[in-house]
Amino acid sequence: MHMRTRRFLDRAFTSAACLAVGLMVLFLLFVLGPIFVKGAGAYVFMGTVEHRRMMLDQFDRGNEERVTAEWLDVQQARRPVYEALSAFEKELPGLPAARRKELKPAFKAVREGVAELLGPEPGEPLPALTRKMYGQTRWTKAQEKLKEIRFEESWDYSAGAGRKVLTSRQPLFDGTALAPLFPLLERDARKLLRPRLTFYPRFLTDVSIDAHFFGGIGPEVLGTMYLALGAMLIAVPLGIIAAIYFQEYAKEGPVMTFLRSCVNTLAGVPSIVFGLFGLAFFINTMHVSSGKSVLAGALTLALLVLPTVIRSSEEAIAAVPRAYKEGAMALGAGPWRTILTVILPAALPGILTGIVISMGRAAGETAPIIFTAAVSVGKMIGPTEIASQPTPALSWNLYNLCTEHEAVNEIRHVQFGMAATLVVIVLALNLVAILIRARVARRLKG
Amino acid sequence: MTDTVKQNVEAHVEARGFSVYYGSQEAVKKVDLAIPSCQVTAIIGPSGCGKSTFLRAINRMNDLITGCHTQGELFFDGQNVYSGDVDTAVVRRRIGMVFQKPNPFPKSIYDNVAYGPRLHGSYSRRQLDAIVEESLVDAALWDEVKDRLEKNALGLSGGQAQRLCLARALAVKPEMLLMDEPTSALDPKATARIEELIVQLRGRYTIAIVTHNMQQAARVSDMTAFFYEGNLVEFDATKDLFTRPREKRTEDYITGRFG
Repeated sequence: MHMRTRRFLDRAFTSAACLAVGLMVLFLLFVLGPIFVKGAGAYVFMGTVEHRRMMLDQFDRGNEERVTAEWLDVQQARRPVYEALSAFEKELPGLPAARRKELKPAFKAVREGVAELLGPEPGEPLPALTRKMYGQTRWTKAQEKLKEIRFEESWDYSAGAGRKVLTSRQPLFDGTALAPLFPLLERDARKLLRPRLTFYPRFLTDVSIDAHFFGGIGPEVLGTMYLALGAMLIAVPLGIIAAIYFQEYAKEGPVMTFLRSCVNTLAGVPSIVFGLFGLAFFINTMHVSSGKSVLAGALTLALLVLPTVIRSSEEAIAAVPRAYKEGAMALGAGPWRTILTVILPAALPGILTGIVISMGRAAGETAPIIFTAAVSVGKMIGPTEIASQPTPALSWNLYNLCTEHEAVNEIRHVQFGMAATLVVIVLALNLVAILIRARVARRLKG
Repeated sequence: MTDTVKQNVEAHVEARGFSVYYGSQEAVKKVDLAIPSCQVTAIIGPSGCGKSTFLRAINRMNDLITGCHTQGELFFDGQNVYSGDVDTAVVRRRIGMVFQKPNPFPKSIYDNVAYGPRLHGSYSRRQLDAIVEESLVDAALWDEVKDRLEKNALGLSGGQAQRLCLARALAVKPEMLLMDEPTSALDPKATARIEELIVQLRGRYTIAIVTHNMQQAARVSDMTAFFYEGNLVEFDATKDLFTRPREKRTEDYITGRFG
């Protein structure tokens, strides 16, 4: 081959590799960027006075005097809003029938909108649902609600494809007692809600209130920890012992080949199958718990990560120089002592890496825990309840909150907060794996 | 002269019709050999002649190889190493071994030397300190490492690592040392130090050394065994074997006609 052809091929190959890496980085940024940015919004956001009221009522947090004083001020600022509403309500029966028919539904929408934005009107009985006791706690969400009050949303299908059309409600109410409401909402929104930069780090540990409308994701984080740690507690000893057996004791033969292919097949089984198996075996057959429980979930997850633990441990053990083993044996160490004192310590970095990566996998898996451990809303469970209680967990609840929650659109910040937290937990576990590996490798190299 | 050497010294290891097989292949063929006590016995021969296999059979290191089995008898200190009631751990503690490539464990220098003693008994820290120092002094390594006993042994040079392996073997107070081409991975200077050590240890331990280097065999050993294709061709006092070989094949080998 010509020198020039060879050089061209070299360059082509290099640039293809660079392109692949570049695309991967772009893709990562594209996926992780929004998750982190929006997920951070669960922890840092513009919180309104409603947020502070809610925190004081529900979590007993914040300076009571200051919040009460602020609440009095805000109520003062809101008075014109409610005055306009009640004036119009009185005015409505006196209007001509046609005009009344036209304005009534619009007024209903405005009134409901105001209740959503600012909370229940003063003097009304307290709603049963916590979510209705407060107005919008987050400024961005409040701005959306404001827009919904001021504009009517309709769809225009005349051009074939549907197109959203926003029509201002203000002209409709011109000349009525409700007319001053619209400029008021537009101009004084900040006075009505008092948005302020709010840090809410305890989103990570707080319980949720009224199905994630308020509060944090504490039970989910705790549940994920229980499940991931529990799975590792079961899978790690089993996996390492199996790996030692495969590498040090088993004699090659048809039985071994069969066992190995079993482990490899296990690694390829879809996770939902593990979930169903966990339900059928651990709960329905073994009765480890009367229903879903952390224990059943951890057992199922352990089964899921077992092949990974076995294979990474096997590779790590196989990579230990044979000379170490010979050296120990020649000093009179039996097989078991050799494994414990020489082979396992030397294989430790590889084994640990496999363990931490498996733990990240266990923390993120959804399907295996649907039938064995996860509930959509749950409390923080104590260590004594792991054999009897199900638990919420980040992975499953993220899915649940995005699809099955009754108000998916209202809790976007919780969804992104959960996603970001889960990604951070998994990334942190991988980082720990890298650090442990580097540390142990340094110790071994001297 | 040869006979006097043989008769005066009792045999520490004695092979009688001893064969080693890898599967069906006979690697060592019905060897009769008596390794005398407290002397240095060199085992020479071309690659694949079974010399390493024979050496590793003495402390049953071949057990690690699947499909390896033996026939005949091999006595160590009057006891057949291959009889059913023998504890290999005890045999290996009494017969130390140094390998072709230095193989210190990825632990500290101290822990390397203390590994064997910790395995076979419980010692106080002070007793262990004494054993470690004594072993390292015997292996002529103490002065070089006494200030960094807690450092990882993998940081040592090849020659130092090999002497550490020797110290590690000495620490369990063996009666015999097996050396499987202990200098083949070392430079000439490190080789010379190991050879000096062998000469120093002579008289205190029975030493069997497999080597490719005939000058080395001539320099350090009292007796030399020549293996060829699994057979023990000739076994004699070193100075006789190298100056007046009785067998044609021995002569051909030591004069470099093959090998």
